[in-house]
Amino acid sequence: SVNPDLASERQTASFSVEKLTAWLDGGAEHTRMRRAVVEAIERDPVFSRENQYFQSQNERYEAAVRKAVHLQKKMHEMGWNENGPEFKYIYRAVSGDIAFLLHRVFMRSISVLGSDKQIAKWMPLATQYQLIGSYAQTELGHGTYLQGLETTAVFDITTQEFILNTPKISAMKWWPGDMGRSATHTVVFAQLYVHEKCYGVHPFIVQIRSLQDHSLCPGITAGDIGPKMNFEHIDNGYLMLQNVRVPRENMLNKFCEVQPDGTYVRWGSQKINYFTMTTVRISLISDEVLIPLMKACTIAIRYSAVRRQSKLKPGEQEAKILDYQTQQEKLLPQLAAAYAFHLTNDYLQELFKKGYSEIQKNNFDRLPELHALSSGFKATITQYCTAAVEICLRACGGHGYSLLSGLPSLYTKILASCIYEGENTILLLQTARFLIKCFMAASAGQPVPPSVTYLAAVKPGKCPAKNKLDFLSPDIYTEAYQHMAFRLISSTAAKLQDLIQSGVKKHDAWNQCTVQLVQAAKAHCHYITVKNFAETVEKLETKAGIQKIMKHLCDLFALHGIFSNTGVFLHDGYISGAQMDMVTASYLDLLAVIRKDAVPLVDAFDFTDKNLNSALGSYDGQVYQRLYEWAQKSPTNKQMSPAYERYLKPLLHNTLSKL
Amino acid sequence: EALVINDPDFQHEDLNFLSRSQRYEQAIRKSSLMVMKLREYGIADPEEIYWFKSFVHRGRPEPLDLHLGMFLPTLLTQATPEQQDRFFMPAWNLEIIGTYAQTEMGHGTHLRGLETTATYDPATQEFILNSPTVTSIKWWPGGLGKTSNHAIVLAQLYTQGQCKGLHAFIVPIRQLGTHEPLPGITVGDIGPKFGYDEMDNGYLKMDNFRIPRENMLMKYAQVEPDGTYVKPLSDKLTYGTMVFIRSLIVGDSARSLSRACTIAIRYSAVRHQSELKPGEPEPQILDYQTQQYKLFPLLATAYAFHFVGAYIKDTYHRISGDINEGDLSELPELHALTAGLKAFTSWTANAGIEECRMACGGHGYSRCSGNTFTPSCTYEGENTVMMLQTARFLIKSYTQVSSGQQVTGMVSYLNDLSRQRIQPQHVAARSVTVRINDPVSLVEAYKARAARLVEAAAKNLQTELNHRKSKDDAWNRTSVDLVRASEAHCHYVIVKLFTAKLSEISNAAVRAVMTDLCLLYALYGISKNAGDFLQASILTDAQITQVNQRVKELLAIIRPNAVALVDSFDFHDVHLGSVLGRYDGNVYENMFEWAKKSPLNKTQVHESFHKHLKPMQAKL
Repeated sequence: SVNPDLASERQTASFSVEKLTAWLDGGAEHTRMRRAVVEAIERDPVFSRENQYFQSQNERYEAAVRKAVHLQKKMHEMGWNENGPEFKYIYRAVSGDIAFLLHRVFMRSISVLGSDKQIAKWMPLATQYQLIGSYAQTELGHGTYLQGLETTAVFDITTQEFILNTPKISAMKWWPGDMGRSATHTVVFAQLYVHEKCYGVHPFIVQIRSLQDHSLCPGITAGDIGPKMNFEHIDNGYLMLQNVRVPRENMLNKFCEVQPDGTYVRWGSQKINYFTMTTVRISLISDEVLIPLMKACTIAIRYSAVRRQSKLKPGEQEAKILDYQTQQEKLLPQLAAAYAFHLTNDYLQELFKKGYSEIQKNNFDRLPELHALSSGFKATITQYCTAAVEICLRACGGHGYSLLSGLPSLYTKILASCIYEGENTILLLQTARFLIKCFMAASAGQPVPPSVTYLAAVKPGKCPAKNKLDFLSPDIYTEAYQHMAFRLISSTAAKLQDLIQSGVKKHDAWNQCTVQLVQAAKAHCHYITVKNFAETVEKLETKAGIQKIMKHLCDLFALHGIFSNTGVFLHDGYISGAQMDMVTASYLDLLAVIRKDAVPLVDAFDFTDKNLNSALGSYDGQVYQRLYEWAQKSPTNKQMSPAYERYLKPLLHNTLSKL
Repeated sequence: EALVINDPDFQHEDLNFLSRSQRYEQAIRKSSLMVMKLREYGIADPEEIYWFKSFVHRGRPEPLDLHLGMFLPTLLTQATPEQQDRFFMPAWNLEIIGTYAQTEMGHGTHLRGLETTATYDPATQEFILNSPTVTSIKWWPGGLGKTSNHAIVLAQLYTQGQCKGLHAFIVPIRQLGTHEPLPGITVGDIGPKFGYDEMDNGYLKMDNFRIPRENMLMKYAQVEPDGTYVKPLSDKLTYGTMVFIRSLIVGDSARSLSRACTIAIRYSAVRHQSELKPGEPEPQILDYQTQQYKLFPLLATAYAFHFVGAYIKDTYHRISGDINEGDLSELPELHALTAGLKAFTSWTANAGIEECRMACGGHGYSRCSGNTFTPSCTYEGENTVMMLQTARFLIKSYTQVSSGQQVTGMVSYLNDLSRQRIQPQHVAARSVTVRINDPVSLVEAYKARAARLVEAAAKNLQTELNHRKSKDDAWNRTSVDLVRASEAHCHYVIVKLFTAKLSEISNAAVRAVMTDLCLLYALYGISKNAGDFLQASILTDAQITQVNQRVKELLAIIRPNAVALVDSFDFHDVHLGSVLGRYDGNVYENMFEWAKKSPLNKTQVHESFHKHLKPMQAKL
């Protein structure tokens, strides 16, 4: 039975939860398909995550391999395939807790970087799992900065082979998933040398384990890199190469080739490859960032409606913690952010779809903008959502720290997204470089890409809001964000120019402005997010109450951003001190409004209990009962700990004699 | 330190590779050894015990923490002399291992809501303890799950049909000798958590469990044999232990942040990446402004908290001396101060530790980085609740000032607010007086911000009160403002204490570098909270721009001393437990050595190859 504290929350929903879910899924037919996939997976005991929190790294890894293998069978049974619409729902249903994810990256890199001949040779083997692939780019000493990689591949004309080497310890490949224990092959990125000339980083297919007994190939040292904060189920690995020879044909050669005589030839445009990398950054937002945040919000908000603590009014029952303003102020902005970034993700997907069709027509004009947006949003969204999940964790008090709440693992998982696929600070600086360039172009009257046209239209003046209700107008706050982004970009550009004019070298000037540049890039992304949210809400149908609640969330997201960054809005007086008090008042009023729909808003994310895997966040709200039951399943309670017999008993009984 | 590090008995496999049960076992082994060694070396001074302990367990919590840190001290402060005779020596000799069971599944910081009952039965002169609901199960106490055989249980006392509120009882939970739970007691481990793997945080459920009347801690409140209840002198006294623990957390926050800074700064000096100048070798990542901007303000914060911790400890000892003599006049301010500063420092330190880990990129994410997570934001009082306790004190002081009374101590700046009302002066006129290179002047700026935010919160509270009937409702609707006011107050106190410390430093070179750190701490705080300073017209737009600029200059000034500043924290490598933060900086070689020991690497071919991979390949 549902806890009455949670049931009562659902009776007062101002909108149709089912309709909102369908909207989030992009249509009721998607919702149906998602539920069917999730059900099929969850009904199958192999995919159970019931004991996950109690398992060791070895057990987690084994389970992930078992699941990956079983999934092949399951997909065959169900008639699903890797490129079908079901696949993303499968990933959601297993919560990413599965092996061979890098095998997919291995296949994708061959299909993008390999020639038709190479594709014909390797893809069938990979699809049939006759080999298991990984993707070895990152080294112990180098990550995001690819040119710094130190692994070498030297061409030997006499044998028509490349000789791969790890010349020093910092050149060891480190982190690639599936490589520690599973992979038989991997794509290795190495500096190519022909006739002692270096041609930069290139990809090579290297076999690392025997296809018969899985033992390491000669010259290969590989293993697991040890425990991490999360991803216990993945065997992130290290790889050391000592004079490992691969045939000339193993260099992926869609774009360039070393010919038998050692001549290096390059052809075609690499830009499409560049576009693929950019797309990966966007593709992770939905699965690796938004879903964890939505889950964290679901857990924290449902729990806050069940947990009662202290009294708000003397003589009454203890209040739900969700009724405390401070609790609302922690959680509701995170909920609004989940919706805001969900819409940003839609916006980016749409943009990239258009970009892709342009690129196929050999029009690369939009590439710099797409690259800047993907870098900036990857960084902004991962950072924002990681902080948001942490807030949800902390908002659940002590119980949030129990692994059984599900929150610690959501947090440690989303945390990694700030690092992989490009370190966030570096990505933001790439966006900043684009913004500064566009600002200069706009100042010189040249055309700029659509997302930055505001840089051309300088609008002086002040925020026109007269009372707190004015701040519920999207025009007012969108304008404020635009003004703020413009000011930060233009003042940083001015600073850069000043430094350069005063004789500082360009790269030094850049380094001296990086703190400001990062701030400007974030401001730009924040502005686009608010603008896109407001525009989407505008276009929504008014029925089913969805537009109304979305408008509230949009207002909350925007005002929360101002409230939390008052300095940048007050700085040039665009928003006055008195107006800032209006912002605060409107913002706090909104909390109480959204509070009423908080539980329905997380219900709409439509996670099953098995998928949440949280003792605090279940649909029925039977929090305490579940915590107690789950705790008793802990191995620490089942197995008799040897600690008592071995250490405690002697301590309890013998210390006196030793004193 | 050397005693522990050179002792082979305390060596063991890297904890990262062990399961929870194994980690618990190691911790128990070391704790048991530690107790014996402490006795052997004759170490009894609490300060020395603390250091010894922190080296044995490398700063990690351990199952006997609650016995040493709460059970024994509570016996000392709340037991009658007769009770001390009965319990203290056995506990000191570890025949009794105790814990402190306060938090329940349904209630934490809000103590009055606890549901466990202790009902006095005059017929047998016993208390009957019960856990009447699921939510009343004691949950979280450290050492409760598997280690302890006794617990000090906090329960609602019922006698002669009346509830007398929370009281503490000594409850035996496991049979001496067999260590089996006693009849009527259900006890166990609460399962895996985010960190604290060594600790058996436990649950405890009691069903009509009877203990003799003499097991209630009766130094203050008493129940007489016939059930008559004798009230304590001051009910605030029972909170004394908690205040003490909170003051320790402030010091712990400083230490954890120092540790994280040591790891991140040393690693940033070893890691080379990308290029700053075309054609030159890859620079140390510590040379990037963005990296300095992430780490140096945290370094300054670690030093600031260090001084705050020392200040609180001194104040606590001073005031607690008075408490023993019955003078409680400073208790409200002590309570307000420890609550707020506990929240402020643990919040900042936790966020800072996260930032340090992120600043180490991918390798920060490996367990070998040694940056562990700490839940100190929650234990010993949820931070928002702590902040609101401080706010209550601030509002009370503000009200006092408004009614014409003077206040003393850290809140004395509120006295100025009433003076301003008498001589209304355009506040902007004062702004030019802030000198951004003078810490003393910055203290004034922080003071003005705190005063403004306390006043704003108090006024908003008053407005809500005028609109609504209920005082509690008004308080709730102002709580976001109130938390901001408390934060501003704490921030002011910290800047003030840091600045005050500068004049005590005699060595000129040390004073110079500390002054830079102090300035960085104060200016970075202004930069991050520029809105508050602008809105109150404490600083102008131009001054904020100068502050931002000055922060960046200070980063460059601190850069040459950065590694020396973390070396000064003097963490031993064993204590850091971090491959990235090693003193010798040989990071990559040692990461490789560390990884080779991973459990997944125990065999060359993992068993799942035979179990799953091979059959699959055969079938497809």
